[in-house]
Amino acid sequence: MNTNSNSYTIIYASVLVIIVAFLLAFVNSSLRDLQGKNVELDTKKQILSALGIREVQDAEAEFSKVVKSDMIVAEDGTLQTYEGAFITGYEKEYKENGRAHLFVCEIEGETKYVIPVYGTGLWGAIWGYVALNEDKNTVYGTYFSHASETPGLGAEIATEHFQNEFKDKNVMDGETVGLDVVKNGKVDKPEFQVDGISGGTITSVAVGQMLKGCMGHYTKFLTAKE
Amino acid sequence: MGSLFSAKNKEVFSTPISMNNPVTVQVLGICSALAVTSKLEPAIVMGLSVTIITAFSNVVISLIRKTIPNRIRIIVQLVVVAALVTIVSELLKAFAYDVSVQLSVYVGLIITNCILMGRLEAFAMANGPWESCLDGLGNGLGYAKILVIVAFIRELLGSGTLLGFNILNYDAIKDAGYVNNGLMLMPPMALIIVACLIWYQRAKHPELQDKE
Repeated sequence: MNTNSNSYTIIYASVLVIIVAFLLAFVNSSLRDLQGKNVELDTKKQILSALGIREVQDAEAEFSKVVKSDMIVAEDGTLQTYEGAFITGYEKEYKENGRAHLFVCEIEGETKYVIPVYGTGLWGAIWGYVALNEDKNTVYGTYFSHASETPGLGAEIATEHFQNEFKDKNVMDGETVGLDVVKNGKVDKPEFQVDGISGGTITSVAVGQMLKGCMGHYTKFLTAKE
Repeated sequence: MGSLFSAKNKEVFSTPISMNNPVTVQVLGICSALAVTSKLEPAIVMGLSVTIITAFSNVVISLIRKTIPNRIRIIVQLVVVAALVTIVSELLKAFAYDVSVQLSVYVGLIITNCILMGRLEAFAMANGPWESCLDGLGNGLGYAKILVIVAFIRELLGSGTLLGFNILNYDAIKDAGYVNNGLMLMPPMALIIVACLIWYQRAKHPELQDKE
């Protein structure tokens, strides 16, 4: 058979592409449920990490024990219970449905609030969760992760060392979010600002912008006195 | 094809790991060697993934090599590699989510890794499936070996850790005046380390040196 004729080449290419397309579609659809569960479990693990609960064996059980309710912050700053299925994409949830999620949690009898944050780093998406104390103003813990920041530099935002720097910082500076990350060595308001990562300034500053942007949606709730 | 482990087959497997290493001798796959070697863990995962995918795509291409139209052979090779990489990444997402999160950036890099295309074009198109499998494994491991050596040096001297465990970040060591070298984490240092490895290998094996 002449494998160099035009018709053979065209038929070969078409058949190959169709086979590969079916194969990929089959793999994708048969694994989608498993992948979705993994993403959900991973999201729960991240929320727990912001609360300082890392390396848990059964994240599902721990999550239902610690996280009391999944709430939506209304425009006037009050909380409404969210009844729908567990959401993993908070950016879409806010932009398309106008829902700003907030998790009310309880650790050793104290109420903590966990706020999801999301933004863009140097190379791709960055996201995280910020846990606040009952006073809605001091940080209890944080968790950050990223899609593709530079390992050893910007990717250091995913380390516990960096995340612990946020502990006990104040969030609200009057009516605006004061919590921020600034270039390494340039901190002038230590009660609000965290030292960035040297060599990872763009990512560090992006974390600061992400905090300001996303937590800004919660201003009414955070400044409301009970 | 001779016996499964004939001397020739052993050679096909072992030369890429040392004397015909894809990174230090053929100088292929350098881009990813820069990108993933500032930490040891992603380097190991990347090395293993490339090994598996090179072996599999070598076998697939070798099986269909007689049917591939010559004019579109590179496209066919690319389609096979891209399909395999996508399947591996989907499987990782479903069954080893943590690993897939770490690999996210690097999976795309595997498709463009010149070692894969090089082996498909140079070996799998002309040899049987079993030899191609050995060749893929050998080249993948040769690549992984260099990645691990480079990442070991970079993470140890750059961050003072290995696989994330603290090795050098102790007060006693810091008091003695030792500082982690931030330059090690920058991409140029990977090139310099790879160059040193090439230097060492060529100095040790004069037959690798270019003739005047």
